[in-house]
Amino acid sequence: MHETAISLPVVLPEAVLAFGTLALVLYGALRGERAYNLVTEVSVALLGLVFILVVAKNRPMGITFYGAFADDAFTRFMRGLALVGSLVTLLLSLEFMRSERIAGFEFPVLILLSTLGMLMLISANDFIALYLGLELMSLALYVIAAYRRNDLRATEAGLKYFVLSALSSGILLYGASLIYGYAGSVSFSDVAAAVHDHRSIGVLFGLVFVLAGLAFKISAVPFHMWTPDVYEGAPTPVTTFFATAPKIAAMAVLVRVVLTAFPGITNDWRQILTFVSIASMWLGAFAAIGQTNFKRLMAYSSIGHMGYALVGLAAGTVEGVQSVIVYMAIYVVMTLGTFAAILSMRRDGRPVETIADLAGLARTDSTMAFFLAAMMFSLAGVPPLAGFFAKFYVFAAAIKADLYGLAVIGVLASAVGAYYYLRIVKLMYFDEPAKPFDRPGFVARGVLGVAALLIIVFVFAPWLLTDAAMAAAQTLF
Amino acid sequence: MSGSWILSALLILPLLGAAFILLLPGETEATKRNARWTALFATLLTFALSLVAWGRFNPAEPGFQLLEEHDWFSHAILYKLGVDGISMPFVLLTAFLMPICIVASWTIENRVKEYMIAFLALETLMIGAFVALDLLLFYLFFEGTLIPMFLIIGIWGHGNRVYAAFKFFLYTFTGSVLMLLAIMAMYWTAGTTDITVLLKTAFAPKMQTWLWLGFFASFAVKLPMWPVHTWLPDAHVEAPTAGSVILAAILLKLGGYGFIRFSLPMFPDASLYFTPLIYALSVIAIIYTSLVALAQDSMKKLIAYSSVAHMGFVTMGIFAANTQAVQGAVYQMISHGLISAALFLCVGVVYDRTHTYEIDAYGGLVQRMPLYAVAFMVFTLANIGLPGTTGFIGEFLTLIGTFQSNTWVAFFATTGSILSAAYALYLYRRIIFGVIEKANLRSIVDLAPREIATLLPLGLLVIYFGVHPQPVIDASSASIETILRGVEHAMTATKTAGL
Repeated sequence: MHETAISLPVVLPEAVLAFGTLALVLYGALRGERAYNLVTEVSVALLGLVFILVVAKNRPMGITFYGAFADDAFTRFMRGLALVGSLVTLLLSLEFMRSERIAGFEFPVLILLSTLGMLMLISANDFIALYLGLELMSLALYVIAAYRRNDLRATEAGLKYFVLSALSSGILLYGASLIYGYAGSVSFSDVAAAVHDHRSIGVLFGLVFVLAGLAFKISAVPFHMWTPDVYEGAPTPVTTFFATAPKIAAMAVLVRVVLTAFPGITNDWRQILTFVSIASMWLGAFAAIGQTNFKRLMAYSSIGHMGYALVGLAAGTVEGVQSVIVYMAIYVVMTLGTFAAILSMRRDGRPVETIADLAGLARTDSTMAFFLAAMMFSLAGVPPLAGFFAKFYVFAAAIKADLYGLAVIGVLASAVGAYYYLRIVKLMYFDEPAKPFDRPGFVARGVLGVAALLIIVFVFAPWLLTDAAMAAAQTLF
Repeated sequence: MSGSWILSALLILPLLGAAFILLLPGETEATKRNARWTALFATLLTFALSLVAWGRFNPAEPGFQLLEEHDWFSHAILYKLGVDGISMPFVLLTAFLMPICIVASWTIENRVKEYMIAFLALETLMIGAFVALDLLLFYLFFEGTLIPMFLIIGIWGHGNRVYAAFKFFLYTFTGSVLMLLAIMAMYWTAGTTDITVLLKTAFAPKMQTWLWLGFFASFAVKLPMWPVHTWLPDAHVEAPTAGSVILAAILLKLGGYGFIRFSLPMFPDASLYFTPLIYALSVIAIIYTSLVALAQDSMKKLIAYSSVAHMGFVTMGIFAANTQAVQGAVYQMISHGLISAALFLCVGVVYDRTHTYEIDAYGGLVQRMPLYAVAFMVFTLANIGLPGTTGFIGEFLTLIGTFQSNTWVAFFATTGSILSAAYALYLYRRIIFGVIEKANLRSIVDLAPREIATLLPLGLLVIYFGVHPQPVIDASSASIETILRGVEHAMTATKTAGL
């Protein structure tokens, strides 16, 4: 790949996002609270622009900033996905923030900063860039987790997330320094060259620590403890954000690190990922059964889904990476749709969050019930919905890599997990109606509708996603 | 490739009907009426089209016909449709039963739109499962049926419907995901999921064993075989009448169809290896569930257990793996599709009037409902396997087929025929004969024209194909010969190795 010392065209999207964000900070600081609407709208437009720049075909690809920053088909796909997550989150947040009277211009700005961190993280090509991107992303996340600062649960969630996340960042940094010490370089490709023919216990420790740090960010078991509390405690748009964009970024960099820095010791990281994957799938499947709060249920659901995505990565093949990309893309659509539905759950002007509030929704709002039911069946992995194909790809990759045990354990977990998704369908369709919800906002309804449509029609043109994912995956091999 | 659009049209027609119903506004009486008529019209049209497909089908040719193929995921995973002598009768059966189900559901008043949409979607999925010639496409239709059926049991069912719906879904889903893994393994081995290619692929014997077990997990639950049949009585009892009809008449057959289409020809060595297991489970199913049926208090449960017993003949016949036995299995499935549908409709008739399935709540119905007594008698006798009905042909063929490969299995299975006479006639006596003692039965009315319209076609077919089975046998025999060739080859190989 084309490698340059410093090339601005390669980092144009990031540059635009960084300077745009700074301009918005200035504007917001001068105008105060009144700036919220304009800042949010401009932020959405800015993210849209950056998205177009990232996926534009005629921009040159390459590695730049002395090997720190890589721009290839894989990072473009994942950055595009993360941007979609951020953009839709911001759109969804508009109505909520206003009606909950927590609309400050800081919120969109923090989302932008965090997104900037994600773009850098996904494109990181050495451990220093990785850490910089990760910290920029996380620091903004700490603040927005505790964004509703007068609320006890939100503050608790924010504090918990901050302490644990800082610890995991420290672990990751320590791992990176060990790898540097033993491999003699921070660059992924140099590490790969060094580790390939000389494997030492120091590098292995470094690898374990780096994987632990990244597993925390994607909330994989055993580093998942923060997830249910943060999901439940944070304002719903913030939860939406946590469930989508940062997960994509962390998963992307996880894929990149293990495949470009440690291709020589596949069996070592495969063991770790297999364990993490199985633990996540089973914890996600069983712990969600008893949940009554919809956001908390989605927390366990997302833990499980990260486990399934890791099945593909554990395969460590090009099909495996393709399956991870397909999984994350479908996961983002399903998650955004489901959270749009949660944001539509308002009664007497107050948001409600327990799944019991959905009782009889098919009678009071049949359109929303239908869309949400499609989401639930898709999350459960029932064909012909997109969620099935996501699971099909990861398990097919595992089978091809001869990981039969992992595949069997995984599909059985998905059968257990189907139960709690069905429970929500049961509440909506089988039970007697509760009091109807308030009229949902236009944006929330729109996002839910578009997501459901994508999930349903995916079966008619799957190649649009799978071929692009394959092209992206091939750049890592 | 004449008529290469016709199978796709069979899949699209019901969906068009469903889309039209979806667009009907409101929940007024007029909407309900329109929804019913649209559904009836769409299903009748589908049936007519399936007859056209039958007209273009050439029974003498053993391979797949009316082929249709497009790239789907890639060149390896295809949208490929086609029928052969085994799938064609099932397509006709499905298309034939759907209008009857719609008519039988005329009295549903609760959420009519959703009800009709669920049934039309189900029709597309069921026909799709029978005509799919790509393994992943088959899985898609096969598993997709869970969604509408889950809703049908859960929304329009009775009593403990939520429990039954969950049990149905989770049992079938768990079995099927294991088959999905087997499908993936086959995909990587053969490089495609095209069924016509997979039928020619020789899988290594050790691999066959695992693949066979994966498919078995799914089809055994679906069929269902003892001991994974326990979801069926629950699902049947709680489902609405038309739901029970579809479940017994078609969804169960997907399991048997799968055994014939995939397990037997694709894994002949493994099929041979596991034949004793299948025999054992089949004989247990036939005898044990017949005895269980004898002890039931609920009409629907009794018929559900009788279904399990009859499916025992099907699995036994399939894995006896000779021409008569497999032909008998196919015939038995078609026949059971007609008979069980009719029996559940008969139960539905009295349930609509008294709202109970308890056998003890009835008695002496012949005094007030002579027509009903006749209809119920015809289907009861067919269920027993009386000569002159389709039930006899199926059981007889599977039994002579099995007799050739294993005398003892055939012997024990025959006792099941006697038991079936016991429970079916016992049921008939308790419901129809005697004097009317219950007060609410004194004013019960006989079959309405609508109910006659649902039962009459079934009765005619049961008797017609009972005395003249040749059309079905002719249609399927060429394809069955092809399927058995691989198994016979495996048998010869085993014998040679043994000598």
